[in-house]
Amino acid sequence: MSEMVSTEMTVNGSNIPGTGTSMLRRKITQESWFTLFRAAVAINGLALFIIVGYMVYYGLPAISWEFLTTQPTEGGLAGGIFPCIVGTFYLSLGSMALALPLGVASAIYLHEYATPGLFMRIIRLCINNLAGVPSVVFGLFGMAFFVAARDLGGLGMGVSVAAGCMTLAVLILPVIIGTSEEALRSVPDTYREASLGLGATKWQTIFKVVLPSALPGILTGSILSISRAAGETAAIMFTAAASYNPTLPGSIFDEVMALPYQIYSLSVSSTDPEATLPLQYGTSLVLVALVLGMNLIAILLRSRLRKKLS
Amino acid sequence: MLSRSLKEKVIRIGFLACASASILALGLIMYFLITEALPTFMGFDAMGEKFSGIGFFDFIFGNQWKPVSETPQWGILPLIMGSVWVTLISSVIAIPLGIMTAVYLAEIAPNKVREIVKPMVELLASLPSVVIGFFGMVVVAPLLLELFDIRFGVNMLNASIMLAFMAVPTITSIAEDSIHSVPDELREGSLALGATRFETIWRVVLPASLSGLSTAVILGMSRSIGETMVVLMVAGGAARIPTSIFDPVRPMPASIAAEMGETSFGLEMHYFALFAIAMVLFIITFLFNLLADHIAHKYKQVGSASL
Repeated sequence: MSEMVSTEMTVNGSNIPGTGTSMLRRKITQESWFTLFRAAVAINGLALFIIVGYMVYYGLPAISWEFLTTQPTEGGLAGGIFPCIVGTFYLSLGSMALALPLGVASAIYLHEYATPGLFMRIIRLCINNLAGVPSVVFGLFGMAFFVAARDLGGLGMGVSVAAGCMTLAVLILPVIIGTSEEALRSVPDTYREASLGLGATKWQTIFKVVLPSALPGILTGSILSISRAAGETAAIMFTAAASYNPTLPGSIFDEVMALPYQIYSLSVSSTDPEATLPLQYGTSLVLVALVLGMNLIAILLRSRLRKKLS
Repeated sequence: MLSRSLKEKVIRIGFLACASASILALGLIMYFLITEALPTFMGFDAMGEKFSGIGFFDFIFGNQWKPVSETPQWGILPLIMGSVWVTLISSVIAIPLGIMTAVYLAEIAPNKVREIVKPMVELLASLPSVVIGFFGMVVVAPLLLELFDIRFGVNMLNASIMLAFMAVPTITSIAEDSIHSVPDELREGSLALGATRFETIWRVVLPASLSGLSTAVILGMSRSIGETMVVLMVAGGAARIPTSIFDPVRPMPASIAAEMGETSFGLEMHYFALFAIAMVLFIITFLFNLLADHIAHKYKQVGSASL
């Protein structure tokens, strides 16, 4: 062995490639690392598969037409989850309706109008930081600003759909800005130049040329942010969610039940978590199906879009 | 023509106003955190009674968190240590896993495999945190009890594992982008010198994308430290400084989420103290994000010239 090594030329301690055993050893090193990389991917896939698998396996038996369409009974310990589904629907669509125009307009400013500089840097920094704010902090903010009414400020909406939608809207704003900007970036500059060259103003160009081409990308982004809002728990805990309120909200100033909060309150703070386990699995499955379903649609939409562009 | 250019100007200002919404939102969040947290330190009046505040250092470094006892104690060191440990342990799992996945996706995976793996990572990212917490409670906790001789299945290790799988997608997607942006000339140069693909990745590509990888790691950790539902449901909830990885802990977000419902709004120390914890949490994640932003800007990869 030592003879074989000594026959190889070395430069600065590393072997010259392509000389016998050293090459083999390097190939083996490469293969072992590559196997490790593949294992890492497999672990991620396995995690996703196992989590979703558990929800499907134990949740499916709990799901029936009644479960999806009736109200909960016995203080939420039995019955269906219809109000939770409706609540999640209101909250995610409502927050989306608030955040989408603002987010798309922000993205238009950042991508079409703004010139690099201090102001742009500050806006980007704020967006990045907003994206990094912990969801429970959004919850407290929403509680202090939208829910409460006191001398320090606070809009006094109470724990309500409205307060929840606004809190969630702030939370998904960075997501919408990010995906919309990406959509605008994918519109080729030649489109803009052609439109401007024909004498259109900047606004006409954006409204009639850029936005229509970016629309599918923006749509993808909005689906992603709806799913983000639908799965959010900590932000609605103190702003919108009720653990038991079987009647549907009559106005936007009523509190609602919501799927994620229902899972939390049944599994953690109810009197007998064991007894409602099937209910918890069933509710989790509905939420997972909803969120993953929307994400899958967004992913498929995007990949079709990319193919069309390339 | 004047009206046309005036209209353009108005539209531009309108968009600018919308873009400023993010600044406003962040500003409002800071304003409310500060105004609601300050009474913790400054004292306050409630229902005719006067309460004196506590010192900032006693708050941060006090090692007893007993908000509802007869003689309440407001030291959040156990909560901070809970957050720190949970984040560190989850990072030990998530960083190698996330970066290896990113390397695989960017450098090794054939196109067909990548088209499956990338959406898979995105789906993992989209799983609602409450579902991951629920999974940790009903599946991982009993499993840990069975595997180890311990008293609590919901503990630091359980929460860390669950958090790791929430941080992995963040780390992977940012790391992959940065590996992607390493110019091909560098790879070609290295391969032409006779290096193997792995040597090229290890000695050339990874060092070249180091700033992006650091950003990925920082943002992944920031995600772990702020994540609420998982630590609320599976960390165990004991406000003690942990001595083993099987100890139940009470990270900051868990404490806020669990206790806020029991306080009366703006009337007691407990309420203000929870806002003070939220402020500490916000400052930590804010610093993490600033750091990530700083690294991303300072060591921006501009082609091969920056190396």
